[in-house]
Amino acid sequence: MTLILKNIGKEFEQRDIRSPALVSINLEVEEKEFTCVLGPSGCGKTTLLRIIAGLEKPTSGKVIIGGEIVSGPTSRMVMIFQDYSLFPWRTVIDNIAFGLEMKGIGKEERQKKAVHYLDLVGLSGFEENFPYELSGGMRQRVAVARALAIDPSVLLMDEPFGALDAQTRNMLQRQLLEIWDKTKKTVLFVTHSVDEAVFMADRIIVLTSRPGTIKEVVTIDLPRPRDRTSQDFATVRRYVLSLIDEPQSIQ
Amino acid sequence: MQMPPGKPQWWHQILPKSVLIKIALPIIIIISWEVLSVLIDNPFILPSIESVLLVLSEPFADILGSGSLVGNALVSLSRVLIGFIIAAGLAIPLGIGMARNGKVHDFFDATLQVFRPIPPLAWVPLALAWFRIGLLSMVFIIAIGAFFPILLNTLDGVKSIKKTWTEAAHTLGAKERQVLVNVVLPGAAPTIWTGLRVGFGIAWMCVVAAEMMPGTNSGIGYLIITSYNWGQVQVIIAGIIIIGVIGLGIDYLFKIVERKKFMWRELDR
Repeated sequence: MTLILKNIGKEFEQRDIRSPALVSINLEVEEKEFTCVLGPSGCGKTTLLRIIAGLEKPTSGKVIIGGEIVSGPTSRMVMIFQDYSLFPWRTVIDNIAFGLEMKGIGKEERQKKAVHYLDLVGLSGFEENFPYELSGGMRQRVAVARALAIDPSVLLMDEPFGALDAQTRNMLQRQLLEIWDKTKKTVLFVTHSVDEAVFMADRIIVLTSRPGTIKEVVTIDLPRPRDRTSQDFATVRRYVLSLIDEPQSIQ
Repeated sequence: MQMPPGKPQWWHQILPKSVLIKIALPIIIIISWEVLSVLIDNPFILPSIESVLLVLSEPFADILGSGSLVGNALVSLSRVLIGFIIAAGLAIPLGIGMARNGKVHDFFDATLQVFRPIPPLAWVPLALAWFRIGLLSMVFIIAIGAFFPILLNTLDGVKSIKKTWTEAAHTLGAKERQVLVNVVLPGAAPTIWTGLRVGFGIAWMCVVAAEMMPGTNSGIGYLIITSYNWGQVQVIIAGIIIIGVIGLGIDYLFKIVERKKFMWRELDR
């Protein structure tokens, strides 16, 4: 299912002063593509993702998924948040089954599916634990399983590993790529880490600082799994960094 | 000055210090009570502990033709329960509505703020005028007492729900009503429960006072006021002890549920 962003703009109103956060974003994301949205903090990349998810309305433009205009949250696209946003009163398995339960799927079937996705993220055996009994990395894996369980076409990930330590972060990046490879979902991944974007993405959408607009789209054709210490990786990384660091000339 | 750590005293073997500090004050109160009752030597002012214990030892015995301690306590409890359920039935939906919808909030807020500081017992004369003596006027006062703590905690609980919980639910395909039932209610439940606990405590205080209204003929409050009219101070004290014990017991039940069901609130950080 192709995801198309047409001329997306967003303005926020503060004390009667309209300030633009996003300006004319045009983008087409192919099915099964892994796209990273990279930009400095405050550039509106999270706002962009929330607009795509249908959690916020754009001031102008439209989001189209599979030929349909997005007007609110749709189960074709699921958002994964930085703070995991698991339901703390539900066990791990009931968290994963949440979306299926909302769809009215019977208990037996949703338990079966939930177990499958729990296994996919490598957390078999934690069915009856509560989120507060898990580490941050494990919680985010549960959140990924919960999103996958309703079988969306697109995963929208808002700095999902931003709150984790470097080691866990690297591990989860590798694991997410494996899961992506197995499930063939389209992934739109917001991050402010150049390293993360270069390691994960097919394409990196580099945004300017506020008001955010697309500065450049960098296609990365390094073979996976990528080696962070390789010369090629460093070259791409340096190039993307230069895009971020460049003094901005907006207006 | 620091005392050198010596050998523990022999009584610490029987009563550890941590227990000792907790029971010290009750012991002091009991001893002073007994001493004072002997000194005053007037059971109409301060009866002896034995006379109070005697009343408490026969909780099912009829007192002054007004029924037993337990019987009257049960009457009071049932009144509280009715008023409390009415209060909860109004306050919880209203609190959720106000927390979720700005217009509902603005419509009710100013009016409720005016009524909130009025002590429930200030309504007693009005209740008598409107509903006369009886169950209805007592339930009215109890419900007013329990209403505000439940309402305020519900408001607080719903407002404290993480925005990403409801957003995650929406992106996982939940409809508005499903979000309410599956995210808002369970997410706010611990705080609502606190409101119910506080509300019940106030309701329990209100019933005792409401039962002292002229013309009432049952309930633990009625028993106390009747005992006063008959000069039976030991019954008054026994009644007060029963009120305290029941209040404490119910609060404890609320706390047990809180610990069992809502542990996640403390641990989810």
